[in-house]
Amino acid sequence: MVEEKDEKKYTTISIPSQLAGKIKKRIEGTGFHSLSSYVTYVLREVISGVEDEEEDEAFSKEDEEKVKDRLRALGYLD
Amino acid sequence: MPRAHGSKLINRHLKKEPSDLKEIPTIEISTNLSEDVLNIANGVFSPLKGFLCYNDLDNVVKEKRLESDTPWTIPILLDFDNNDVKEGDTVLLVNKENGVRALLDVEDIYTYAKKTLSQEIYRTQDKEHPGVTNVNNMKQNFIGGKISLIDSKEREFDDYNLSPRETRFLFKEKGWKEIVAFQTRNPPHIGHEYVQKTALTFVDGIFINPIIGKKKAGDFRDDVILSSYRTLMKYYYLKERAVMSILRTSMKYAGPREAIHHAIMRKNFGCTHFIVGRDHAGVGNYYGPYDAHDIFSEFPDLGIIPIFFRSFSRCTKCGSVVNDKICPHDPKYHINFSGKKIREILRNGEVPSEDMMRKEVAETILKFDKPFVE
Repeated sequence: MVEEKDEKKYTTISIPSQLAGKIKKRIEGTGFHSLSSYVTYVLREVISGVEDEEEDEAFSKEDEEKVKDRLRALGYLD
Repeated sequence: MPRAHGSKLINRHLKKEPSDLKEIPTIEISTNLSEDVLNIANGVFSPLKGFLCYNDLDNVVKEKRLESDTPWTIPILLDFDNNDVKEGDTVLLVNKENGVRALLDVEDIYTYAKKTLSQEIYRTQDKEHPGVTNVNNMKQNFIGGKISLIDSKEREFDDYNLSPRETRFLFKEKGWKEIVAFQTRNPPHIGHEYVQKTALTFVDGIFINPIIGKKKAGDFRDDVILSSYRTLMKYYYLKERAVMSILRTSMKYAGPREAIHHAIMRKNFGCTHFIVGRDHAGVGNYYGPYDAHDIFSEFPDLGIIPIFFRSFSRCTKCGSVVNDKICPHDPKYHINFSGKKIREILRNGEVPSEDMMRKEVAETILKFDKPFVE
């Protein structure tokens, strides 16, 4: 039985001080409360476009025909 | 078409029934939980492969993300009170109503503070909130672990119950690259049609995705919702541009968090855009009218584009349906689409004005002896 587990771990990343200063100015008056939250946001945005794509399992030929029949019955395919 | 959420569309169907099922301890689960099992198995809840373990739940509650950092806002939990089950066991989950049988590998057994759960997910601990009531009614322990679906039985409306693999196949066959999803729990009025067609104008196709399942008295019945949409699509949509499929899941009334969850499910069906209206998935006054819009700014990596509608009404000056960005006229010229008013008119056996609802749609609804849940 587990009742309490470790808090989430964070790691430290170094960025140039001048860049950090520019970011701090940039986030003034925005919804970002810290340099870290802004950097996390930007990195998530970047990483979301470059994640490896995994091929989804394709239908077998037989299953594909069944699905097509079903979709034709609904009027979605000719 | 977007990748499934978390990159891979999950498929947790067992190809062959295990031979030793009689020796495996059984846990009977509710119909709602069995819908979760089916949604996990079919990939609607990708990347989940099972019910949340503690670390994922804690991260979802505090960060709105799984431990892997993938956006996830609604806990998918299996509560139980069978003290004989231990971590490392395999148990058989059974629901008679849906004929669901699934294996669960018990990876984690834990408790979690219900007050924290309610406060973070529903932003309240008010017992009047239906989500809080559900949390309070949960058993004390939770089991986390992967599921594998053995089988389930056929049910009403299954023709219209397409899995994410099937909708993705359909969209490819139709040559659609950009697809907007519209979620609904009601028959369409003119305002809904306006929103859908406005969004459809900029993409290749629309995926109308009514939520089917447990409803409260006074709501439209599921068969009424489906029939009314079939009628609307027959008379007022290009068949090359619109498809409908149902989604069996319960409403959580978690407002902004649920809007993200709804968008994730539609991404898994292969949609690129998701329509979010005013007070999406809200109830009472627990959320601000546009909280469900604002929350999207926390998820630059969501992978589906929200299309926000603030309000829409019929403007008697413009002589058309308008929204707050396009009509300069005083609100006194605006007639709001009141679902309550439309229900009242239909309840009296009358056809609402064509400014409110298509005549063919209203007539379809009135063909039912009892269009409302009693």
